This record gives sequence, structure tokens and C-alpha cells, in this order.
Amino acid sequence: MAIRHGRGVAAINYPTGMNLGGDPSQALVHSTPTGNFMVTLSSVDLGQGLKQIMAQICAETIGVSTEQVIVDTADTDTGPHCMGTFASRGTHRIGNAVIQAANEARQVMLEVAAEALEVDASDLDTDGKGNIQVKGAPQKSVSIFDTALMAHFKYGRSISGRGMFLVPRSFPETETGAMKPSTCYAHACTVADVEVDDETGEVTVTSVKNVFEIGRALNPKMVEQQLVGGSWMGISHTLYETTEPYYPAREHGATDFNQYLMPGPGDLADTEIVVLERPAADGPYGAKGPGEMCANPQIPAVANAIFDAIGVRIDTLPITPERILRALKAQAGEAPR
Amino acid sequence: MPKVPIQLVLNGEERAEFVDSGATLLKVIRDKLGDTSPKGGCHQGTCGACSVEIDGELKLSCLVLAETCGGADVSTVSSLSSDGVLHPLQRAFMENFAAQCGFCTPGMIMAAKSLLDRIPDPTRDDVIEAISGNICRCTGYEPIIQAILTAARANSLTAA
Repeated sequence: MAIRHGRGVAAINYPTGMNLGGDPSQALVHSTPTGNFMVTLSSVDLGQGLKQIMAQICAETIGVSTEQVIVDTADTDTGPHCMGTFASRGTHRIGNAVIQAANEARQVMLEVAAEALEVDASDLDTDGKGNIQVKGAPQKSVSIFDTALMAHFKYGRSISGRGMFLVPRSFPETETGAMKPSTCYAHACTVADVEVDDETGEVTVTSVKNVFEIGRALNPKMVEQQLVGGSWMGISHTLYETTEPYYPAREHGATDFNQYLMPGPGDLADTEIVVLERPAADGPYGAKGPGEMCANPQIPAVANAIFDAIGVRIDTLPITPERILRALKAQAGEAPR
Repeated sequence: MPKVPIQLVLNGEERAEFVDSGATLLKVIRDKLGDTSPKGGCHQGTCGACSVEIDGELKLSCLVLAETCGGADVSTVSSLSSDGVLHPLQRAFMENFAAQCGFCTPGMIMAAKSLLDRIPDPTRDDVIEAISGNICRCTGYEPIIQAILTAARANSLTAA
């Protein structure tokens, strides 16, 4: 009876979004009369920060500060249709729709400013500080605040834009069966170190080192936050969480937090995160979807580390002490009880 | 259902209310007294999201009957900031990105406050012990642990 050590590695490709019948999202952007910008979505922020990211994307595209953008989400009565927040698709799909809507709104805004300044709209640019100015002649400028007021009260223009992003459905090729289920893939690799107590079957993940390739990190701190939490959840799925411990038998399923196990603050693996940024060609400012992907590579990595430690493959999740002990008994040639 | 009159102090303010006999303090704080900062996660004392202080002691408000709180001094996370000035713990949670969905945050901060009131200079193990009754599903706990340790350090600098 001993503590056995193991190390496991796993690498994954992870699609951004899904492709059942096409994967669309829409966004609408309009200015208030005083030059703030409203992004109207039916997409929902689950706490991962969708609103913040959409505000950043809209602000960057129009050329205003993030504080000038208001994001209205999660109302399917008032917002244009979105497939939803799932499949790691939010930043990529909705972000692309927001860029299109914001570009259209920006174009109207520049046309109004052009009329006010008596110049051509193509000669105008935003200064990032709330003004629109003639390229190369910044003294000839008008504020976005005044532009929005004039659009509404003087020129009768609606500074607004419509955005639509659709990844069309891909059908399998009849000859080969090949298809393109996603246009954009994030990647990850995890190295996990474990200790397995071969007497109790208990597994301790001592260290987990993750490298994530997520396109461009539009908000690096929020990306880090999501990846650290995701890494924890990956370990939780590997070793603890299930509502169906003896599936398909329904007995002994957890019904509350007393029975549904998750690692607490005292059970944390030493966690390391490295982010690689390789901007995606079709991503909003290069972003991919890190959402679901961040909780996946830990699972095969820890399973491989357990194999390295005790020499048996466990192919059912979660890898509980019971499953470890049964596997060890089977390995020793004892009849499983 | 018979109504029971209770009087208590909530976040420094005298409050009086008729409550359902058997109603939990959590339900009364949220539905009757209008402070929705304590959250109802499990309603059985296993998630910690409803943590409040009653007479200076950390309690799970989903397990306390409101009618037992007559004359008590109850504090929720709403009591920690005043006039927009955040408590050092709230600031530390923000600066350490220790919240994502935010549902556990009020309970986490109350658990952390209770810890720092008892032990102003806690070790990492003290922090882990203090929040071990609070479930977080988003952060992986590490940013929360770091936030509490940061707030403790900030406090000790102010005190010195």
C-alpha cells in the first residue's frame, strides 16, 4: 500500500459554436440623442462577461470609449434573435454581429458629421476621445455628442446599424462524409500530476499546467478568470461530479450539495495558465471561444496521469475512489465484487 | 398562516415587520425588508450564499427563523459600503477578479469579513477554512482566496 505518482498529458481541438442547421446571431446598435450607443441583443450574459466584451467590441468599432456603450441583453421580446449563449459561441458569433451593426451605425454617424463639417464622410475619422475629425486636420472636428444631437434634431438621420452573423450549415460531402462543422477552433494542452493512494483509491491532483490558444484575448483578465475557473471545473468533472453515479441505475444519485461533490477551496491543484494568442481569421478582432474548452483537457490529462500512476485505464467519469479500487482489484486478477 | 411581529436592526436601521410564522430570515430580509443582497442558493445550509451576521456572528440566514431574531442586530453585505465607498474586502474582490456570475459573492464576503474580524492577519489555511462553507462554481476559488489575503494585507498596512 503506497502513494503512487503519475503524470498525464492531453491536447484538444475545440470548435467555436455549433453547426446543426446554421449558427446565426443578430445585433442592433443605435445611438442615443447624446451620443451614447445602445447594443440590443437577446443573447444572455451568464456571468462570463458577455456584456463587457460586447461593449468593448462596439466601442472599438464605432470609435468611442467603452463607458459610452450600453448593452441590453437577454430579452427575446425586444432583442433580435440569437441562437444563445452556449457552445463557446458568444464572443465569436455575437461579437461579429455587433461589429457589423456598429460599422453601419458608425457610417451614418460619419455621414452626419460630414454634412455638419461640409466635408466628405470618407475623409473623417474618430479620435477615440469622443470627437470626429478630418483626417490630417484635427482642428476641424465635431463631437460625437453634437453629431448625435444634430442627427436626431436637425438632419433627421437615425444613427443605427443592423448586424447579422451566420455560419451557414455545412452538409457532409456524399463521397467522403467530410464536413466543416466549425470555422474556428481553439486549442489547449494540459499536463497533470497526480498522487493515487492505492489503499483508499483517493486521487489528488497536485499540479495542473494548462496552455490555451484562444485567438485574441479581448479582455485578458476576464480570459484568465474563465480559464482558471474552467481548469478547476475540469478537475471537478474528472474526479467528483455526477448526478448518476451508477448510470443507468438511478439510485444513489445526488439530489443536493451534501451529496453532489465538488472540490472546495481546500482541494485546489497548483494551477498554471498560459495563454497563446493566434488571432482567428473570422473572429471579432481575432477572438475564438474559450468557454467550454477551458474545462476539457484536464479530464483526459488526469485520466492519463492515473494510468501512469497505477497502470490501469479508467474509462468512466468521474474517477472515484471506488472505481480506482475496483480497477486495481481487476488488475491484480481478483474477481470484482 | 399566523403573522408574527418582529423588530430587529438590519444594517444599522431599526425595522419592524409582520412575518409568516416559520419564515426564514433569508426570506424576510429579501422579500419583506427589501435587501436582496443575501442569495438563496440551496435553502438548506450547504452553499453559504445567504450568509449574514447576527449579533456579530456569521450565520446562514436560510436556516434561521425570522421570529427568533427579535431585537437582533443583523448585517448583510449591503452594510459594508457606505456612500459608494467600498469596504476593503469588496475592493479586493473587484481588483482580484474574484467574481464571475457573482451569486456567491455576498456570502463569500460576509464569511471573509467574519474571518478578518476574528483574525486580522490570516494564513492561507485560515482563509480556506473560513470559506469552506461557501460554494463557488465559477472562479475555482483561487481568486477569492487571493482577494481575502489582499484585503487582510491592506488592512494591516492601514492599521500600522
